[in-house]
Amino acid sequence: MVTYILIKLILVLFVFLLALTVAAYSTYGERKVSAWMQDRIGPDRAGPYGLLQPLADGIKMFTKEELIPSSSSKYLFILGPSLAMLTALMAGVVIPWAGPIELFGQQVSFQVSDINIGILYIFSVVSIGVYGIMIGGWASNNKYSLLGALRASSQMISYEIAMGLAIVALVMKSGTLSLAEIVAQQEGNWMNVVYQPLGFLIFLICAFAETNRAPFDLPECETELIGGYHTEYSSMKLGLFLFAEYINMFVSSAVISSLYFGGYNLPFQEYWGLTGPWLAALQFGFFFLKIVFFIFLFMWVRWTIPRFRYDQLLHLGWKILLPLAIFNIIVTGLVMWANGYLS
Amino acid sequence: MVTELLFYFLSFVAVLCAIMMVFAKNPVHSILYLIATFFAIAGHYFLLNAQFLGMVHIIVYAGAIMVLFLYVIMMLNLNEEVEPIKSKYQKIAATVAGGLLMLVMVASLRDAEIKTHLPGNEDIGLVSALGNTLFNDYLLPFELSSILLLSAMIGAVFLSKK
Repeated sequence: MVTYILIKLILVLFVFLLALTVAAYSTYGERKVSAWMQDRIGPDRAGPYGLLQPLADGIKMFTKEELIPSSSSKYLFILGPSLAMLTALMAGVVIPWAGPIELFGQQVSFQVSDINIGILYIFSVVSIGVYGIMIGGWASNNKYSLLGALRASSQMISYEIAMGLAIVALVMKSGTLSLAEIVAQQEGNWMNVVYQPLGFLIFLICAFAETNRAPFDLPECETELIGGYHTEYSSMKLGLFLFAEYINMFVSSAVISSLYFGGYNLPFQEYWGLTGPWLAALQFGFFFLKIVFFIFLFMWVRWTIPRFRYDQLLHLGWKILLPLAIFNIIVTGLVMWANGYLS
Repeated sequence: MVTELLFYFLSFVAVLCAIMMVFAKNPVHSILYLIATFFAIAGHYFLLNAQFLGMVHIIVYAGAIMVLFLYVIMMLNLNEEVEPIKSKYQKIAATVAGGLLMLVMVASLRDAEIKTHLPGNEDIGLVSALGNTLFNDYLLPFELSSILLLSAMIGAVFLSKK
């Protein structure tokens, strides 16, 4: 029992540090990728190739003057960024980082918690993720912040529905709500994206919208709203909001990889002849590569596609993605019925 | 032992937040207390091993309905100055109606059988058990309620088109 708790604690700490590190270096990556796309050099002063830039940014954020608007609700003003960070970190709990192995006569699973409704858990974390932005935006007592918060809430609710329906088709195909099982099913099989290409596309678009990334970054749209929900924030509270976005990006990349791209499974891993910790390490490395690819995709899209107008955004969510997701469910059901899965 | 402690903790949080919800001056604070209440109640579901119900409770109530409430209340500018003053008769009518509702609830709960022990099956709250029950034993009520929800949705769309 004690070993079990110890292993889980180490794993939690590891996932936490991994999320923070990846998020920190995503900020660096974002600037490098944008520089690369715009034919610039990007950050190159702090350390070799500017690699210490995230550290410098962190120090800057912590040492800046902290302002709390005198007319705002102080506790809610502090609660906003805290909630944003909390919900961003929470979803990492159910992601299987590598296959289970036998270590010192003990079954070790690289998933903090294998709850059998893992997908619903992720979905609930996503659905309460909007509170950080809403509370922060309202407590700022600023019309631009409030507009950003309102945009964020309606955008996230709209895209949650299409996202949920996209997952429904995947759950129908897998027959389980446990993330570990969905990933294990893809071992030695085709990846789920082969069976659910449309579902994957819808899920990806909704993931962009849920993380408030361009082209869906209307809640913080700096040309109209100055910065949206974090206009009034300064110092590390602003840092937490921005950081939460990068952690969200990391977690949603991990979720996309495990739901649709086989998670930690290596291609042809039964022929590699690896077992135990080595296999697990390699699996984690491969999973990490997939995550990095999707983080890159997030940045790629951000620096390529311009922002939507707000009515276009809602139109896309309700009138295109939602019917498409329902269509996807019907097609999945018909194919399963034709192949005799439903009897 | 741990379950019992958790039960008392969650009940305390739920009741405290519900009371704070009623007495909070600011409507936005009220909604936040209500969200905390929902989380405490979801915790009760988890203690009963009804994981699906707990998760759906969080997704639907805390994640969707309360966001809409918050959305609407943030848009309304609720101040004491612009609050319409209700007449004396309205206040009396509201008190009587509320009292009657309480009477009905107390009367219905008074004779209710209090079950202290769950039926033996521990898996009863899991998704597969719930799905089997819903689609085998309660198919008709399930479909009827979905038609009810659909008609409510169509009604909302119709009203907004007017």
